Amino acid sequence: MCLGIPAKVSKINGLIARVQVGGAEVAASIYLVPGVRAGDYVLLHAGFAIEIIDEQAAEETLDLLRKMVEEQES
Amino acid sequence: MKFVDEFRNRDNALSLAKEIRKIGDLRVNLMEVCGTHTVSIFKHGIREMLPEGLRLLSGPGCPVCVTPASDIEKAIRMAGLNEVILTTFGDMMRVPGITSNLETARAGGGDVRVVYSLFEALKIARENPDRKVVFFGVGFETTSPGIAVTLIEAEKEGPGNFSLFSCHKLVPPAMKALLELGEADIAGFICPGHVSTIIGAKPYEFIPDKYHIPCVIAGFEPTDILQAILMLSRQAKQGVARVEIQYSRAVREQGNIKAQEVLDEVFEPVCSTWRGIGVIPDSGLKLRGRFKRFDALAWLEIPEIEEKEEEKGCICGHILRGIATPYDCPLFGKTCTPQDAIGPCMVGAEGTCGAYYKYGGRRQ
Repeated sequence: MCLGIPAKVSKINGLIARVQVGGAEVAASIYLVPGVRAGDYVLLHAGFAIEIIDEQAAEETLDLLRKMVEEQES
Repeated sequence: MKFVDEFRNRDNALSLAKEIRKIGDLRVNLMEVCGTHTVSIFKHGIREMLPEGLRLLSGPGCPVCVTPASDIEKAIRMAGLNEVILTTFGDMMRVPGITSNLETARAGGGDVRVVYSLFEALKIARENPDRKVVFFGVGFETTSPGIAVTLIEAEKEGPGNFSLFSCHKLVPPAMKALLELGEADIAGFICPGHVSTIIGAKPYEFIPDKYHIPCVIAGFEPTDILQAILMLSRQAKQGVARVEIQYSRAVREQGNIKAQEVLDEVFEPVCSTWRGIGVIPDSGLKLRGRFKRFDALAWLEIPEIEEKEEEKGCICGHILRGIATPYDCPLFGKTCTPQDAIGPCMVGAEGTCGAYYKYGGRRQ
């Protein structure tokens, strides 16, 4: 029940945004993520964006994993 | 899908499993509190990747499963009233109440409608001004801020024929209750990612501080969960305990402040009954004074309903408390199946028994 899906914000109109999820575009409330901008990725839960995804943090997590793989291979 | 596929990378997952094995002999139980984690763990075969001694226990984190039968029964009674349209999430339809379930109530003529969000329930209320529309709300901190926002907006714009039956619950008080019960042998918590998106890391700090048990807030993709298990195993091996965030792309240390503000504006904590566990102080959410006019229980005449004992043989309570697995249950897979569920853990898509039945993990 606590599923959250990454969605890309394409257009903002007041407190409602159009967001892309996979191939579909749906409306989502951005009430809970003040400061969100078009182009940001948000976490979508039951019609609400509940957080802006931190792309840099995602990259850092992936970097750590890549380094782990490299170290194991060497 | 971006932020999903990268975290399902096979090489990274295998490498993480190797790192976990490198830690050496560690015979401990880790509890994944959240039902969404339980399903992901099964779906991606995470258990099979772990060394023999590392066991994963499922916790009380399926809101559908922990809603008491008496609350389901109240919803059934509401649905039985002519003037009422009862709306709820699809997961709630087949959970056993005391006399039946909502699906049966609908088949018997009750107007029960499944919605994806509270907005849809509001729309139904606008379209049916002569009916009373009730939203039967369940869910944890991930879900309740959206409910709060909807009520703040409904307060301004109406409609007046709309109310909430709040069965929302809070996760950290339930974790505290499990620890106070002291039954389950837990050496680390995989903390729920999206609940933590809202509440942040601080509400878990009492766990390492008071009980010296490590906590890692984890995302839901396979490498997220494996990385969280690695972080917990390292803490356990070193004999330290702290709250760490693995899911840093979606969880800030302080959580989502705006969401916390709206929650606090609309709701206040209240004693709440958890199916299989019992009454837990400050673990539910009730509407604050200003929002009382949206309270379905104040609006409709529904009698208090006595809690029901679970069916004979059903051990859902033990499963929710982490002291038994579905394989210990005499009913599991025999008389209790997803098609004809006896216990609540078999019903929800994220119930522990439902997940075991569907994905059939190795017997631990």
